[in-house]
Amino acid sequence: MRYVLSYLIGLIFGLGIILGGMANPAKVLNFFDIAGTWDPSLAFVMGGALGVTALGYRFVLKRPAPVLAEIFHVPTVRQIDGRLIGGSVAFGVGWGLAGFCPGGALPAVGTLDPAVLTFTIAMIVGILAAKAVQRG
Amino acid sequence: MTEFTPWASLAGGILIGTAAVLLMGLFGRIMGATGVLAGFVWPSGRDDWAWRASVLAGMVTAPALYFLISGRAVEVEVPVSTLAMIVSGLIVGMGVTFGGGCTSGHGVCGMARVSPRSMVATCVFMIAAFVTVYVTRHVIGGAV
Repeated sequence: MRYVLSYLIGLIFGLGIILGGMANPAKVLNFFDIAGTWDPSLAFVMGGALGVTALGYRFVLKRPAPVLAEIFHVPTVRQIDGRLIGGSVAFGVGWGLAGFCPGGALPAVGTLDPAVLTFTIAMIVGILAAKAVQRG
Repeated sequence: MTEFTPWASLAGGILIGTAAVLLMGLFGRIMGATGVLAGFVWPSGRDDWAWRASVLAGMVTAPALYFLISGRAVEVEVPVSTLAMIVSGLIVGMGVTFGGGCTSGHGVCGMARVSPRSMVATCVFMIAAFVTVYVTRHVIGGAV
């Protein structure tokens, strides 16, 4: 039952990404192209997602525990360091280069588009490489 | 050009937020694509792996459901070269791992918790993406 629920959550997320236009790199790149073919749609995706999450978390995180788990796994790291900044700069450059962020690419994998699969495999290689470096 | 779609995009955002609230409320987890995927490809335990696998399965089957509901295929238009996709994938993968999150993890869930780390990360990657698109499209002139 719990895996049916987590599957449905992934499905809702994926539908949101698709409906919002984030699975389409051309649309994402146009959002960042204010000086050219600007398409402000993604601001509405971010706004809608942030609004619902901020509101929902207020209720959910007040509870003593999640319904199907023992604790809330909320990040406890507070440090703003070079790793956070450098990693985020790199992510932004990569996002601006091809128009895919991880959340945009993963649902698009289901289209079996060769370019999406290429991006996703490269992204997984990047994640594993960084994890290996972090492990030292 | 892509069509400005404020209502569809707002609806999409609401669905993404709904998924984030449900994942936290039911499983106590952050709905970050980076975190979910990283724990899937670099597992730390069987139970931990299983919920990630099922969330990812849901994401990947979303295009099929979208097609069943709307009768339209998901639009994926890639305006850059294969080499750019590979380079971008590598940089994104490393960046989100060192940065501890991406648009969903930092930009939605972290911002919703008013986490200073997430606010800094989100500002940084948004600015980096704006600058990158400006440079590739208006300075170099679409060379990638």
